[in-house]
Amino acid sequence: MYKWNFDVLWQYWDLFLYGLWLTVVYTAGSIAFGVVIGLITCGARLSGWKSLSVIARVYQEIFRCTPLLVQLLWFYYAFPLLVGGSIDNRVAAMLTLSLYVGAFYAEIFRGGILSIDRGQREAAAAIGMSPMQAMTRIVMPQALKRMLPSFINQSVIQFKNTSLVSVISVADLAYMAAVVNGQTYRPLESYTVMALLYIAVLFPLTQIADLIERRLRVSD
Amino acid sequence: MMIEQEPEGTAMRAEALLEARGIRKSFGALEVLKGIDLTLARGEVVALIGPSGSGKSTLIRCLNMMEIPTAGTIHFHGKSIGRKFRDADDSTGIGTLRRHVGMVFQHFNLFPHKTVLENVTEGPIVVCGTPRAEAEAHALDLLSQVGLSQKRDAYPNHLSGGQKQRVAIARAMAMRPEVLLLDEGTSALDPELVGEVLAVIRRLVDDGMTMAIVTHEMAFAADVADRVLFLDEGAIVAQGAPDEIIRSPSNERLKAFVSRFNH
Ligand SMILES: Nc1ncnc2c1ncn2[C@@H]1O[C@H](COP(=O)(O)OP(=O)(O)OP(=O)(O)O)[C@@H](O)[C@H]1O
Ligand SMILES: [Mg+2]
Repeated sequence: MYKWNFDVLWQYWDLFLYGLWLTVVYTAGSIAFGVVIGLITCGARLSGWKSLSVIARVYQEIFRCTPLLVQLLWFYYAFPLLVGGSIDNRVAAMLTLSLYVGAFYAEIFRGGILSIDRGQREAAAAIGMSPMQAMTRIVMPQALKRMLPSFINQSVIQFKNTSLVSVISVADLAYMAAVVNGQTYRPLESYTVMALLYIAVLFPLTQIADLIERRLRVSD
Repeated sequence: MMIEQEPEGTAMRAEALLEARGIRKSFGALEVLKGIDLTLARGEVVALIGPSGSGKSTLIRCLNMMEIPTAGTIHFHGKSIGRKFRDADDSTGIGTLRRHVGMVFQHFNLFPHKTVLENVTEGPIVVCGTPRAEAEAHALDLLSQVGLSQKRDAYPNHLSGGQKQRVAIARAMAMRPEVLLLDEGTSALDPELVGEVLAVIRRLVDDGMTMAIVTHEMAFAADVADRVLFLDEGAIVAQGAPDEIIRSPSNERLKAFVSRFNH
């Protein structure tokens, strides 16, 4: 029977905490950049400008059809050779995570906007609103409500995806758990603590997400 | 230019306010409008009748450039409207046209995320920059005119079809339009509710509003319209005073169409 011993991990609490902090920073950062990238991409796809829309589509498919792990390895090890020079692993991590989630966000935004009946834009136009006013005052508020559940869902996945940056030595929670394991030879405890920390953050978040979703359904 | 058959007493008629010249509209290979000329003089009420799919909605939607005609022009106050939202000459932009030409859609298209009151104040506040208090006072006045003051805080999804249509009318009127385009759908409304809506429209007519109305209510068209246009397969087949068009139709297709409603 295995004898659990969490006591030896106590001295490494700062490593776990720092790892968790970086995980949060990379998640929040990539979500923020991803929203901007997603909005631009979505705008390009809906612009009605053929070449712009094709470029946006190609970007989306590349990032949606390759594993995030492969993208991280490519940006860290392959991309620098292409441009000559080197890339900081933290920059590569943030860049890849943002581009990855941006591709998915763009699709969520696009789906939300397209789900709004054409008559809504027409009614806005009929009272003299410009296409921009119709978009921001009439279409977007309705679309946001519809896309919120998928947006939150994608963001929760993003939090978990962040663990992959450990393969390019970014010291996130998963990386730190491996470090602690290396020091203590206690994989069961190290990796269990890591898992519990992920749960501690994500469980409340998924509960809030469920609550929001239920609220939205009621107001329909 | 066209057969003027105005009732007596309107000889002092004002200028042409809104005018369609040679309007054609195709959707892909389907030509829905085949060269329509239509003039709305100030204070005039024109009723558009015709079978389903004859292009009534498409025509009325061309009048405020909701559909961009494939050929032909729309003139407002005598000026040809361009293809841009904002034109160099402000009076010929599509945005300007729509600010002065109100529209009530066949499917109403109320904003579901806004209350009845907000639906009505949205245009004045956002487009005209009217102060909120002023816009709300005007909106409440309009809502009481259409008999819906008590629904000011309701959301459109909680309204009946007739109530939605009356809110849509109030929303259009809030812009103080010079012309109102009203697309009254075929069977969108419960017959019981039609009466309420017609009463509202009649009040607008009595107030001297310039209107183009798509309607399936023949008796109503005969009653309120100065002129009735019969549209069939994208062309105006007959037009004239209600007496002549609806009460004693001469054209064969028109006769067949009208008789269906006079059982
Ligand atoms: N956006 C569109 N794309 C393709 N076809 C269209 C479009 N809008 C209208 N049509 C077609 O144009 C024709 C005329 O339609 P329209 O809605 O103008 O008829 P209507 O006279 O208003 O009929 P109803 O009495 O049923 O409202 C129909 O055949 C319709 O299918
Ligand atoms: Mg129609």
